[in-house]
Amino acid sequence: MKNDEPFTDGAVETEERRGGLSRRSILLTIGGVATLAAAPEAAAQPISERPLAASTGPVRLVVNGRQHELDLDPRRSLLDVLRETLDLTGTKKGCNQGACGACTVLLNGRRIVSCLTLAAMHEGAEIKTIEGLETNGELHPLQTAFVEHDGLQCGFCTPGQIISGIGCIAEGHAGTLDEISFWMSGNICRCGAYPGIVAAVADAAKRA
Amino acid sequence: MTVNVIGKPLPRVDGRAKITGVARYAADFNQPRQVHAVIVSATVGLGRVTGIDTAQVEKMPGVVAVITHRNAPRLPYAPHKSYIDPATGERLHVLQDDQVRFYGQPVAMVVADTPDQAERAAVALRISYTAERPIVDPADPKARPVVPEAGKQPDARLPADTARGAADSALADAPMRVDEIYEIARENHNPMEPHATVAAWNGDRLTLWSKSQFVINEQAEIAAIFGLPPENIQVICPFIGGAFGTSLRTWPHVTLAAMAARQVGRPVKLVLTRKQMFFTTGHRPRTLQRMALGATADGKLTSIVHEGTGETSRHEEFMEALTSVTTFLYSCPNVRTRYRLQPLDTGTPNHMRGPGEASGVFALECAIDELSYKLGIDPIDLRRRNEPTIDEGENKPFSSRSLMKCHDLAAERFGWSRRTPEPRSMRDGRQLVGMGMASASYPAFHAPANARARLLADGTAEVEVAASDMGPGTYTSMTQVAAETLGLPVERVRFSLGRSDYPPAPSHGGSWTMASVGSAIRAACIAVQEEAAKRPREGRPIEATASSQRDPDVAARFSMHSFGAVFVEVAVDPDVGTIRVRRAVGAYGIGRVVNPRLARSQCTGGMIGGMGMALMERTVLDTRDGRPVNAHMADYLMPVNLDIPPLEAHFVEEMDPHVNALGVKGIGEIALVGMAPAIANAVFHATGKRVRTLPIRIEDVLTA
Repeated sequence: MKNDEPFTDGAVETEERRGGLSRRSILLTIGGVATLAAAPEAAAQPISERPLAASTGPVRLVVNGRQHELDLDPRRSLLDVLRETLDLTGTKKGCNQGACGACTVLLNGRRIVSCLTLAAMHEGAEIKTIEGLETNGELHPLQTAFVEHDGLQCGFCTPGQIISGIGCIAEGHAGTLDEISFWMSGNICRCGAYPGIVAAVADAAKRA
Repeated sequence: MTVNVIGKPLPRVDGRAKITGVARYAADFNQPRQVHAVIVSATVGLGRVTGIDTAQVEKMPGVVAVITHRNAPRLPYAPHKSYIDPATGERLHVLQDDQVRFYGQPVAMVVADTPDQAERAAVALRISYTAERPIVDPADPKARPVVPEAGKQPDARLPADTARGAADSALADAPMRVDEIYEIARENHNPMEPHATVAAWNGDRLTLWSKSQFVINEQAEIAAIFGLPPENIQVICPFIGGAFGTSLRTWPHVTLAAMAARQVGRPVKLVLTRKQMFFTTGHRPRTLQRMALGATADGKLTSIVHEGTGETSRHEEFMEALTSVTTFLYSCPNVRTRYRLQPLDTGTPNHMRGPGEASGVFALECAIDELSYKLGIDPIDLRRRNEPTIDEGENKPFSSRSLMKCHDLAAERFGWSRRTPEPRSMRDGRQLVGMGMASASYPAFHAPANARARLLADGTAEVEVAASDMGPGTYTSMTQVAAETLGLPVERVRFSLGRSDYPPAPSHGGSWTMASVGSAIRAACIAVQEEAAKRPREGRPIEATASSQRDPDVAARFSMHSFGAVFVEVAVDPDVGTIRVRRAVGAYGIGRVVNPRLARSQCTGGMIGGMGMALMERTVLDTRDGRPVNAHMADYLMPVNLDIPPLEAHFVEEMDPHVNALGVKGIGEIALVGMAPAIANAVFHATGKRVRTLPIRIEDVLTA
């Protein structure tokens, strides 16, 4: 038995998964239909309240190496598309205001808070989320370093921390512990696992 | 086979799930046909809803329903109170009438196909009110303190008033006195994970994937609110993205999610916005405390008077242990405590890490520090001179008490002997350097708990409890307890939690999870082994359920608490007043440590929480309407990576045979308690300025 087994689905297995109908496909259907309502009157309304004028056409995103063509309301955040349309729930919504870093993903190799960017702005972009870090069944060295150095407690900020740490190392901002602390300060950890987070990034940077 | 796994610094068994994004938190449980609900929060602080224009919003794209007090079902709201709810008052009944009791109270809910459609519709919903000016400022002359109802009985758990000796006259007669007022700002828990509930009905059965530190109570409360048998409701919460107390109670959004799901006939996901996390899900109450100490010239305490007032809401009396520690931390013949509440037009506060103790100990430990300067006695020495032999408040012995051992260990590791006592006497270049310390304490609670253990034919074991893991490492440490008791390697034990149909556990808070749930797991594992010895296995699983609780005789005989000592070095820029914690050392006497790696993380995390309390965190209310003006993670300041200095946590050897079979006393709360006063005392040592208001800000040390 592997230790992570009890956690893979939070001890709940929904019926449609057993039956082979994936939740993801259902959600994709809902997401596609929902956004295409017509919109006549608008002029005096604030932009946030206006119904969508016209579809922008399908948006193509490459997420963790898989290509998706999505019919999206252009006002949808990349975060909501990842979580609610693609069911990639590893990326977390902590504040939805760009202040906490929990939603950090790599966009064409650069770290970005996905709550503050619109999915439709990134036609053709390559997006990497926490679910896409394993290669050939091997975890990314920073992932294992987070467990070794106990750089997590509740785990909610962890996907964002790990993605951000990968960005931090790639940027060349992991030379010293102080440098890591500075360049990782956009990712809040309320449990206060910061010492382990810095140690993990430093460790992985050495191995990189 | 014997395997000693208790005490081993194992890595987290759920680590892999958390580093791969596989661990699922409430809002990650997307359901087929799911729609999204967004709460519309009141924008007045007191008054009535006079109009809601739903027609336009109902026509917006994707909108499925707009629910207000006008069309919401009248819910039974049968009486329900757990020990986690205030004993006096009644919970908010959501969308049941037109009254607005506080700013941010839910007044409507929009349900739509996608989260952004629901958000846009919620923003577009026009609501009119008649509004009055709420009273939200404790200093408002119209705000009147009350005696907490539940504190009036002489045997109350949190008595409003206690007294031994004659504290006031002893204070008046004391050769040396400190008599000061200490103020602590309102804090919000601000866990990284917002409150979230996914609700799905199947006939009259309801499943809630909901963020909760107390799934059993969430089940019972929603059952009472909807008038259903509890067994019709299943609450599932395998992971909690931090909580620190905010998810102990079941707040109105859970009811709203269930209500919306029933109304629209589809599963509903409801996630609070970060801003809404400042409205209806509790906060550490603002407190105002008078701490008066009388002492002889050689530093023996002769009197302690501790009077504290905490804010609460109009509809509930939230109480916390603000004055408790004062009655037993030091030896003193004359002690009087008084605890009052100030009802205001706000949401109800609730427990936040180290509830009561963190605030009360701040006042006591700053006052002791002030006394040490007046007397010219080293602050550790002053504490040693007042070390009691028994709990003088309860008049019974401590089950174990390692306070002075903690001070000695922490002082040595910290290098306290290098400190020069005079304020402003230590510098590092331009920077003023200060060293401060404080004691910490928190009760070693133990609540009744149950557990189920199952031995499988393949030689593995399963253990189940309706417990929670908000980050301390319940999954890991409980696996260790079970493995040790069963004599199995941890890899062969699978521990599951977070389901209301598992054997009942107490709330996941108050540092009692290991004592309570761990003891129950130990009992269940022993029971299943006894069962296995009775009959051959025959390839079938063998199962046993057991419970555990503290022996009432032992509880009556002993006073049971954890103790700790926290030492801090700060650097203050004399020109611009910036305060930086440069290092901190904590030592704790917490009984047996089940997993030192995780325990250390919990302690350093608590220290970081204490840094926030001391130097950053405060929720500011606009006194005109009760609006939290900094309800945002960029404006509600919290420690970030760059704020963190080297932190050390040490544990003194402590065998406590009385607290519980495992000999554990709990870590989560005491890890935060003591940090804020240690920092405040270090700031005084650095600057000569005594700041008695938290958080300490630049302007506090800059003003003469």
